[in-house]
Amino acid sequence: MKLMARLFEFWGRRWLAVFEEVGRFFYVLHSTLLWTFRRPFDGKEWVRQMVRVGVESVPVVGLTALFTGMVLALQTYRGFARFHAEAFVASVVSLSLTRELAQVLAALMIAGRIGSSYAAELGTMRVTEQIDALYAMAVEPIHYLVVPRVAAATLMLPFLVAFADGIGVLGGYSVAVGLLGANPVVYWEKTFQFLDLNDVFSGLIKAGVFGLILSVTGCSKGFFTTGGAEGVGRSTTAAVVMASLIILLSDFFLTKILF
Amino acid sequence: MHPTDTNGLPTPPKIAVIDLWKSFGGKQVLKGVNLTIWPGESLVIVGGSGAGKSVLLKHLIGLIHPDSGHIIVDGEDLACAEPERCLAIRRKFGMSFQEGALFDSMTVFDNIAFPLRRHTPMSEAEIAQRVRECLALVHLSGVEHKMPAQLSGGMRRRVGFARAIALKPEILLFDEPNTGLDPITAAAIDRVIIEMRDKMPVTMVTITHDMTSAFRIADRLAMLRDGKIVAVAPPEEFRQLPDPYVQGFLAGQPVEEEVA
Ligand SMILES: Nc1ncnc2c1ncn2[C@@H]1O[C@H](COP(=O)(O)OP(=O)(O)OP(=O)(O)O)[C@@H](O)[C@H]1O
Ligand SMILES: [Mg+2]
Repeated sequence: MKLMARLFEFWGRRWLAVFEEVGRFFYVLHSTLLWTFRRPFDGKEWVRQMVRVGVESVPVVGLTALFTGMVLALQTYRGFARFHAEAFVASVVSLSLTRELAQVLAALMIAGRIGSSYAAELGTMRVTEQIDALYAMAVEPIHYLVVPRVAAATLMLPFLVAFADGIGVLGGYSVAVGLLGANPVVYWEKTFQFLDLNDVFSGLIKAGVFGLILSVTGCSKGFFTTGGAEGVGRSTTAAVVMASLIILLSDFFLTKILF
Repeated sequence: MHPTDTNGLPTPPKIAVIDLWKSFGGKQVLKGVNLTIWPGESLVIVGGSGAGKSVLLKHLIGLIHPDSGHIIVDGEDLACAEPERCLAIRRKFGMSFQEGALFDSMTVFDNIAFPLRRHTPMSEAEIAQRVRECLALVHLSGVEHKMPAQLSGGMRRRVGFARAIALKPEILLFDEPNTGLDPITAAAIDRVIIEMRDKMPVTMVTITHDMTSAFRIADRLAMLRDGKIVAVAPPEEFRQLPDPYVQGFLAGQPVEEEVA
């Protein structure tokens, strides 16, 4: 009997924690949307955050895309050579990059780079009472801290992914043409032959949604941090893990809807 | 006790705390606090470390929400107010935090300028003027361009104090503004508070452990103990209170705790 009660309590607490987490996510999402269109509009902060997400992530995202494109060409070439379909390597590379890999990998990298730093920054501000100080100065922290961060990630991710698409395709090209001796003209033609503008666009929409997810997760984790320096560490890790999981899960459903 | 205005009519309180209860994870911190703060007065809250003074102060400005009870500011209940209304009410306040709570990504100058830039149409030149004025008041001229991490704890607290008074709000809340300061600087902070009390229609609530300073700056003193306000009185009366705990507190001596 006692064991049953303990078991119930254990799982009950787990479930409560999950609901609490979901509630916080949607609370932050909802109030962010509300506050985005209110004055004062903090243009300088928006730009600063966009530079952080957009410009400073270019090397990471570029390298990720480059090597993904390269390895994709290498792998598909090996496979396709077995049934003499080498010509279609280019199509596979461009389709899988634009439809799937570029945005998911970029989003995961950005979740690690930006989502975590959002959680750490807001978490530190929470435990050192800086968020309280904002409230006390009649400045809504969601408005001042969260809105520019979420906006930056949501707006910049599509650009990063467009860039990743291009770099990835170039990576694939360089391996196929430079290393495996594919015909450059044919490769280039096959890259675009089956590629629809829709593939690219829905990929960019997904990128925007992933940006929203990872930034709201990071901000809500940071915003509700408790427990000092250790708490900040916990929030930071949790933000990355949670954002990555939600990105992978929602990727499936978004793909189902968008394609 | 109840103050009156020039026509002899009773003035409404600036802040009324009514039967405030708050617990943290099963630990009951506030157990029915009742407190009235009159406009223009300087109230000092004293009490043992961990008694819940900071928690009470944060309730006054709505940083912590009560489990039950009400905070009424100028006749408006903080709990019922719309978010927009809440911000408008908060704009009446300035607060300095026990640990300073400075924005660590900004210089001292930007910290103090922050509320001015946010809430006033002042020009940069006027803002710079006001920032220098506030820093001079707390004996900190010349640190404008330092980052908070480069300051000592006492300096940070004074910058927080300067930031709180920069906007000249109607209500000021100070959480231990002069703890850990040398006697001369502490006296300077007291002087700022006294000056504001005497020359401006500002309502102030200060928490302090320093009884000398408490008697200097207070119009009334309140003692928080066991989650309740157990005594409120003007300084002279407060000194004469028969309550053994109050006497022990004033004398700086341990009192026999009755077994709970
Ligand atoms: N956010 C919180 N979560 C959990 N417990 C809290 C929180 N804030 C305060 N407490 C608890 O409430 C009690 C009162 O804390 P408070 O900070 O108000 O004390 P204080 O009277 O200001 O003490 P001091 O004079 O040392 O500053 C403490 O026991 C503290 O553990
Ligand atoms: Mg305190």
